[in-house]
Amino acid sequence: MGFIQQLRRRTPLGWLQLSHEKSRLLVALSGIAFADVLMFMQFGFQSALYDSNTRLHRSLLSDIVVIGSQTRNLQRISTFSRRRLYQAMDIPGVKSAEAIYIGTMIWKNPQTRRETEILVIGFNPDKPIFDLPEVNQQLQAIKQPYTVLFDRGARGEYQKTIAQLEQGKPVKTEIEHRTVTISGLFKVGASFGADGTLMTSDENFLRLFPRQPAANVSIGLIQVEPSADLQQLVAALKSHLGNDVKVLTHEEFIQFENDFWSRNSPIGFIFNLGVSMGFSVGVILVYQVLSTDVNAHVREYATFKAMGYRNLYLLGVVFEEAVILAVLGFIPGTAVSLGLYYLTRNATNLPIYMTVIRALQVLLLTMIMCAISGAIATRKLQSADPADMF
Amino acid sequence: MTTKPVISIRNLDHYFGHGQLRRQVLFHINLEIYSGEIVFMTGPSGSGKTTLLTLVGGLRSTQFGSLRVLGRELCGASRQELVKSRQRNGYIFQAHNLHGSLTALQNVKMGLELHQHLELAQMRIRSAQMLEQVGLGHCLHCYPDQLSGGQKQRIAIARALVSHPQIVLADEPTAALDSQSGRDVVNLMQKLAKEQGCTILMVTHDNRILDIADRIVHLEDGLLKAEV
Repeated sequence: MGFIQQLRRRTPLGWLQLSHEKSRLLVALSGIAFADVLMFMQFGFQSALYDSNTRLHRSLLSDIVVIGSQTRNLQRISTFSRRRLYQAMDIPGVKSAEAIYIGTMIWKNPQTRRETEILVIGFNPDKPIFDLPEVNQQLQAIKQPYTVLFDRGARGEYQKTIAQLEQGKPVKTEIEHRTVTISGLFKVGASFGADGTLMTSDENFLRLFPRQPAANVSIGLIQVEPSADLQQLVAALKSHLGNDVKVLTHEEFIQFENDFWSRNSPIGFIFNLGVSMGFSVGVILVYQVLSTDVNAHVREYATFKAMGYRNLYLLGVVFEEAVILAVLGFIPGTAVSLGLYYLTRNATNLPIYMTVIRALQVLLLTMIMCAISGAIATRKLQSADPADMF
Repeated sequence: MTTKPVISIRNLDHYFGHGQLRRQVLFHINLEIYSGEIVFMTGPSGSGKTTLLTLVGGLRSTQFGSLRVLGRELCGASRQELVKSRQRNGYIFQAHNLHGSLTALQNVKMGLELHQHLELAQMRIRSAQMLEQVGLGHCLHCYPDQLSGGQKQRIAIARALVSHPQIVLADEPTAALDSQSGRDVVNLMQKLAKEQGCTILMVTHDNRILDIADRIVHLEDGLLKAEV
């Protein structure tokens, strides 16, 4: 007799036991849903924080990124010679190589007049390098001397400044004793390293950072011919350009920044701890439910053993219950998490989204969680001794 | 009645506990029960009746002597063999021990599921027929807590007999019932046993039902005193 047929003729004892006690089932499911929500939120925050931190990286229009070999992240740039980019143009398959300048400096918050740190990005306004329509529409403006664009997603007190800019009125402020005009807005958002970002032309950048030679650039952006093989080009560039630069694909560049922060900040640790807390809470809750259930049915189980059912059969019942609880608890857990993601997105501007991978990951964790609880709970089955029944 | 015994007990001794606390509870039991017999076992509490019943049922391991049930030796049998031997018996307990989350029909079906050759539909039909035979055809889908004590015990009988076991072992099945339902229950057991040709070994204190026994054996202080 096949396995499926075996399954069909079997009484679904675990399901019947669980569904017979509706209120107990409901408590169990809300417990599991709670554990799932905890795990979903921790995973969500973690990847949202990483994503938010690389929004600027993602918006770059380039296939290959060249950085100085000492560069550790966007705030700790070590520059390299612009010649490297001209050399890159020699490689067949490279369509263009653009330089951008990045630096951190102190400016006066136009609203509070307090000095704060801000990230400044300078690029050639004749060649749009960002996938940000707002920036690309205002390229003419930043060609004016000492004119910059401001990130409306910046952290800090900028509400009035933003309101004024939205009405089309430029705002003036001061950077290192020079008057600077903010002519417009774009949106990237704050990251771990930078509270806010300014964008301007490469010429303005060099005006603001007089000590930076124009020949030393921060990041090189390479676009390749559509027909070119990306991996081959990366390899060719690596061997051609020498050791003072690193050649990364766009994806690797994003990962490079993420790696820095996951190694040099407690974010990864904190959220993984959060996930394991949720997991442990789930194990304890499910164990409570299953062991109560086994205890409540010890007499019936002993009767089944007397009738000739094997221990394995009863183990199967406990694991059946564990799987049912995992799947049924996962559904409300996911629904609540979707709602909380939506609320978080609106409240914090964090890019927190449900992904299929994450849903599967949490479902798998829930299954493991319930299986562990089930395995502990089955130890109680030994106490069902059929000889005590008479 | 054939001459070949379905249960054959020779020089059976049984001990509880270990070392200093070791205590003999059964002494040199010799008993043969033939196919189709209804045998009652009486005796004061603590005399070892229930122990003997659990040994015959394969719920405990036999230690010394010989105990053959349906031609198979249980003394020295492995756990696996004991489980197999249990599947061939029907059990009726003092309490009904029905599963509260299962309907009457599902409870009876549990008695059939171990018997691999039956399809789901067949199992349903046979379980329903069995419930009709015990007079509960109208409450196939009732849960045990909706039924009276007598009704529950009748479901337990249906569960024990639905697989047509050759031996039914019962431990005071009437103890928790009033005299009328107790009487009904044993009458039913007798009727079904005769129809199916099965052998019943029953422990009982209940004097009101002794008349249905073919034979009564009396156990006292672990010794089989007399056959009444």
